[in-house]
Amino acid sequence: MFELFNFAPPVKLVMGLCTGIVFGFLLQKGGLTRFRVIVGQFLWADHTVLRTMLTAVAVGSAGVWALHQMWDVPLHIKSAHLLANAVGGVIFGIGMAVLGYCPGTGVAALGDGSRHAVPGVLGMLAGAAVYAEVYPWMKKTILSIGSYGKITIPEITSLSVWWFVAGMAVMSATVCILLRGRDVMKTS
Amino acid sequence: MMSEKSRKIGRGNTSSKGRWSPYVVGAGIGVLSWITFGLMDKALGTSTTMVRLAGLVESVFDLEHVMNNPYFAKYIVSKPGIEWQMMLVIGLVIGAFISAMHGNTSQVEKVPDLWKWRFGPSVFGRYAGAFVGGGLVLFGARLAGGCTSGHGISGGLQFAVSSWVFFAAFFVAGLITAFLIYGKEGRHHV
Repeated sequence: MFELFNFAPPVKLVMGLCTGIVFGFLLQKGGLTRFRVIVGQFLWADHTVLRTMLTAVAVGSAGVWALHQMWDVPLHIKSAHLLANAVGGVIFGIGMAVLGYCPGTGVAALGDGSRHAVPGVLGMLAGAAVYAEVYPWMKKTILSIGSYGKITIPEITSLSVWWFVAGMAVMSATVCILLRGRDVMKTS
Repeated sequence: MMSEKSRKIGRGNTSSKGRWSPYVVGAGIGVLSWITFGLMDKALGTSTTMVRLAGLVESVFDLEHVMNNPYFAKYIVSKPGIEWQMMLVIGLVIGAFISAMHGNTSQVEKVPDLWKWRFGPSVFGRYAGAFVGGGLVLFGARLAGGCTSGHGISGGLQFAVSSWVFFAAFFVAGLITAFLIYGKEGRHHV
């Protein structure tokens, strides 16, 4: 009955738990555990999501690539299956606009008092179960189209990754400056 | 008045305890990525855990079925299902709870205001919508190979082609869907 309930080494479990606590704390402090903030981004009324994500990617990329190049810290790049990445992204975007959460923020919202995140997370489990059933078919069809392996944009452009790290910082700063004061305030 | 203000986590309220600047939070998540890559050999992510959880729940009822499913086999049969990322997901709930208590911003929400404005106050209606939305979110995430954290943040910062394709696709789809559901008028009811 519980044959598959196997545990990774305790050190890994504790590290994961600590990471999650910090991540969840930050998401709640950033207001990202709120439906109105997520949907507000898609309605171009509240730019918290873009500001947070662009900053995270700009800051994260500088450090992670430095770690990778100086100390050989391994990367964790997901393989390109271009059609699946795009179609999956579209389905994900539709679902995220309806639910008002993505998986991480939806789970964190449970700790923030959101009751409708409960059926949201149950729906996620159902979606995962359904995907597991159709995976063999997906693998033969959609996943095989545009399959290029673990490629990165610096690799396909043959430019140094540091151009992209710098570009990401400039792009994030520019977007955030352009979005300043552009949040729509509630009328009522 | 002060407690009323700190309870509202809406825009414009960036009291130091309740709500932090998105730049501080974003930088924090970026630095958290340095730590997970550098010290844990892991990238932030959440959606794979939903596969593991779904598989573990199913295995209680039909072990054979789970063992024979090639997707579940990748994640919970060939290696331990209860691992780093599942603990991260549990930690998300705890971390958000600690933050909500710390800033006194916890908010019991059954039907969000914007949803109420568009679809009425039915709790069942909202829960059904959330369930369907959640199903699409995870199905899409698994087809794409990641979600907002795994692809959006971890993949984005590694400049992975897969992740930037996913990011563009989900963002455009989200914009269109939100405007189809709520329209321009919805912007004033967020």
